[in-house]
Amino acid sequence: MATEPVTDYALEGPAAFELEAEREHVAGLGPSRLALRRLRRNKVALAFGALFLVIVAMCVLAPVWANRVAHTGPNENHLTDKVTVGGETKDVVSPDGVPIGPTWHGRYFLGADENGRDIAVRLLYGGRTSLQIGVAAALITAFLSIIVGLLAGYFRGFTDTVVSRSLDVIWAYPVILLGIALGTALSLGGLHIGPISVGSDSKLIPIIIIGFVYVPYMARPLRGQVLGLREKEFVESARAQGAGSLRIMFTEVLPNLSSTIIVFLPLMIANAILLEAALSFLGAGVQPPTSSWGTLISDGVEKIITGPHLTIAPGVMLVLAVLGLNVFGDGVRDALDPRAKIRLEH
Amino acid sequence: MSERLLEVRDLKVSFATEEGVVQAVDGVSFELEAGEVLAVVGESGSGKSVTAMTLMGLTRGPNARFEGTARYKGTELVAASDEELQRVRGAEIAMIFQDPMTSLNPVHRIGDQIIEQIQAHEEISDSAARERTVELLDRVGIPRARERVDNYPFEFSGGMRQRVMIALALSCDPAVLIADEPTTALDVTIQAQILQRMRNLRDETGAAVILVTHDLGVVADIADRIAVMYAGRIVEQGKLDEIFYDPQHPYTWGLLGSIARVDRPRPARLPTIAGMPPSLAHRPEGCHFRPRCPHEFAECVKTPPLESRVPASPGHKDRCWLSVEDKRGEREIVPGEIGLEDKKGVGAAV
Amino acid sequence: MARFIVRRVVAMVFVLFAISVLTFFIFNVIPAGDPAVRMAGKSATPTTIHAIRRDWGFDKPVYVQYVKTMGRVFSGNLVSYINQRNVIDEIRSRIPRTFCLAIGAAILWMFVAVILGLYTAVRAGQFSDRFLTVLALIGISMPVFWVGALMAYYLGFKWEIFPNGGYVPLTDDPVDWAYHLILPWTALSILFIGVYSRLLRSNVLDTMNDDYVRTARAKGLSERQVLVRHVLRNSLIPIVTLWGLDFGAVLGGGAILTETVFDIQGVGQYAAESVSQLDVPPVLTVTLFGAFFIVFLNAIVDIVYAYLDPRIRLT
Repeated sequence: MATEPVTDYALEGPAAFELEAEREHVAGLGPSRLALRRLRRNKVALAFGALFLVIVAMCVLAPVWANRVAHTGPNENHLTDKVTVGGETKDVVSPDGVPIGPTWHGRYFLGADENGRDIAVRLLYGGRTSLQIGVAAALITAFLSIIVGLLAGYFRGFTDTVVSRSLDVIWAYPVILLGIALGTALSLGGLHIGPISVGSDSKLIPIIIIGFVYVPYMARPLRGQVLGLREKEFVESARAQGAGSLRIMFTEVLPNLSSTIIVFLPLMIANAILLEAALSFLGAGVQPPTSSWGTLISDGVEKIITGPHLTIAPGVMLVLAVLGLNVFGDGVRDALDPRAKIRLEH
Repeated sequence: MSERLLEVRDLKVSFATEEGVVQAVDGVSFELEAGEVLAVVGESGSGKSVTAMTLMGLTRGPNARFEGTARYKGTELVAASDEELQRVRGAEIAMIFQDPMTSLNPVHRIGDQIIEQIQAHEEISDSAARERTVELLDRVGIPRARERVDNYPFEFSGGMRQRVMIALALSCDPAVLIADEPTTALDVTIQAQILQRMRNLRDETGAAVILVTHDLGVVADIADRIAVMYAGRIVEQGKLDEIFYDPQHPYTWGLLGSIARVDRPRPARLPTIAGMPPSLAHRPEGCHFRPRCPHEFAECVKTPPLESRVPASPGHKDRCWLSVEDKRGEREIVPGEIGLEDKKGVGAAV
Repeated sequence: MARFIVRRVVAMVFVLFAISVLTFFIFNVIPAGDPAVRMAGKSATPTTIHAIRRDWGFDKPVYVQYVKTMGRVFSGNLVSYINQRNVIDEIRSRIPRTFCLAIGAAILWMFVAVILGLYTAVRAGQFSDRFLTVLALIGISMPVFWVGALMAYYLGFKWEIFPNGGYVPLTDDPVDWAYHLILPWTALSILFIGVYSRLLRSNVLDTMNDDYVRTARAKGLSERQVLVRHVLRNSLIPIVTLWGLDFGAVLGGGAILTETVFDIQGVGQYAAESVSQLDVPPVLTVTLFGAFFIVFLNAIVDIVYAYLDPRIRLT
């Protein structure tokens, strides 16, 4: 009978599952240690996670690039300038409006746009915005989802009905439409709720909108988990010891949600970055003069005939960042439960 | 003279896992004659299920390795091609699985699931297949079979579902029926009914049965021969009476001693075998039972071969270095009694 | 079954009402500033502003505004103040385009995803599986408008293999109609193919370990029969319902980016153009109808699911 070498993703025969439980027992490691071990073995996931971090680092160091290497800011026009590259001196923007392509040198590394601005510099600064918004929005989503999921799942009854119906309502809107609806509504006059007042061109608007829009995606699975955890013995015993509801929620239930939250976070950040790009592309996200990868792509698409590199560059950066998050997030999910039942509704 | 239906020689099955290579079956040999019931008895992890499923090629996979042979009517099973296996499965050798709830497809009607097997092996019209299915369901004791043939599995109780599985297994008149813990997932009261039904059907059809179980009590009523498995090996095999009244292996003593007896005064504690079965990836050298055997001695580091040591019983084989005389010295046999009174050792109340 | 349907419909009505209230809030209550000024647009005269205020009830209490707004939307008497076109008529004329885009993409993505999902599941762990999984992940990571724009540019404008955007009605010329839609269908499908193929792969891998698959093999069925009749059939059930939901979402407004990039002039693009002009009535209406449609479709999908899975139907 032909035999094949062992692979990492071993598919075992049905009879061999007898051994599965025994194996985990014998190893004797706690679930988080086991998960870390599995994650460390997943080189691909780690590599892509590193990719994301590299991009983050690059964007954080945007000023360094701008000042030391490219010698220009993200919004400085150089319409009439010339640049010397490899011995040749060229127009940054030619007389008939065609900007210079990638020079692969310090100045205008990826070329210039129709206003003579350095694309590479804009890319890094735009990335800062996109990443800031993505991470902040994801954190807001997580925060709101945890609270909402805990309340609905733990108290059930009326609270749950109200919360679940509200989540259903938000979930009914196509994400994009809800995003542009809120974006349009808020981009004119800003957001004024009671004491909180946010200007219409603040980055906080897209952050709040995106954070809000994705709450049902995370809150529903969390609520489901809380519903199940609530019935477990350790919750009962805590209650028997006289602990109040709030305390139980935070000290007993919440820690058990951590693996779900950890799995969701990279994916929420990825979704937030993509949504921000889509909103900005349509004009309902980040407002000028702030730029993000979405606005850069939008500008690029408008002028795509003059040079596709204006569109390609920000897109590639965005794809790499999101891909890094997605592959890493996948790896985290596989590590926490090789046969994960955590399904994302998207 | 009955023909040898099945001949298994030195079967070895191992799986590659995250923790290393696991030897699930470590050199198993036995025969099966037409019409007889062979019970394969052992605890979880003994390799009995893997052995049974390997006969049908259900353990094949990228991480499985096989050695040895299993010949069914001359056809080699372990190394069989996919086409040969397909031909044999269902039609020649059929299997009844442990959990009937999960073993039946929840979104197909049970009638369709039986018809599917019939039509996989015979050229037969839909209506004829359906007729046969209704007959089969009736035979296994499903009331109102004609109506219920269109029901879904969840509409049946556990015992009924297992009967459906039996009907499915018998639908193509197999020569060998393998039952893998058929009653473990059922209530005790249903167990007796199912076993009775199986015995009747065996009498009617003349099929040979391999009954895999951990429960010796189940075995006593129905088996002709018994093979006791431990840690991937057969440690004793023989006829029903031989095993129950003259068991040769200390593990068998432990199994018999731990059966709760209705006809004896209840012991303060049910006797158990000390220790745990070995991890399947790391087994002791020589006799696998060595660490738990109170009768262990120097010779036991060498693997005892499966041989007949009892004079005049060539079919009664065991894997114990102790000679028959030594064993009779270790424990008392009360003639006609099952479940040994031990002077010392394995069967003693702890 | 009938009781199930009734329950579902009642729940749906409640959600629809809540959506109408929320949409109303988003557009007319939350934003600061004068709603009449906002709606009138940039080049508004004081007369227009005054008319708007009266027609929409902005000088009256909130609930009156709500009733008036909904009245205008559903009576069809809703006009954009910026381009003077009737919103409902505009939407109605554009629906066929959005529908053609959505249905073509939905069929394409499902077809490809099932093949990919099954293939990678059967070859799980091998190189082809890992490679295709990475491709799927790249598909999920690409913004659809970016992919679409680049496809339109390279395949449409530069190399002229396909038309550079635009839409030809089916009734005019079916071949040209399809020819114009191939790129948009592909761009829109890429994301979904990524998601669905991985979902199917995951479901199939789970199902392959289920006991009834082992039983099916023990019956002597060929591996292909086992795969199709048992594994695939059971794995597809949750996916088909999700497909229904996503199709609804695309139809209800999720295609807005693809339409814009390829200039399809569908409902989504209408919303996008209105957004850039900050034209409130169309955006309000499209959002409302989009959400309505999805809720309606959700209810239908739930009912179909109950039909497909006998356990839900009969218990």
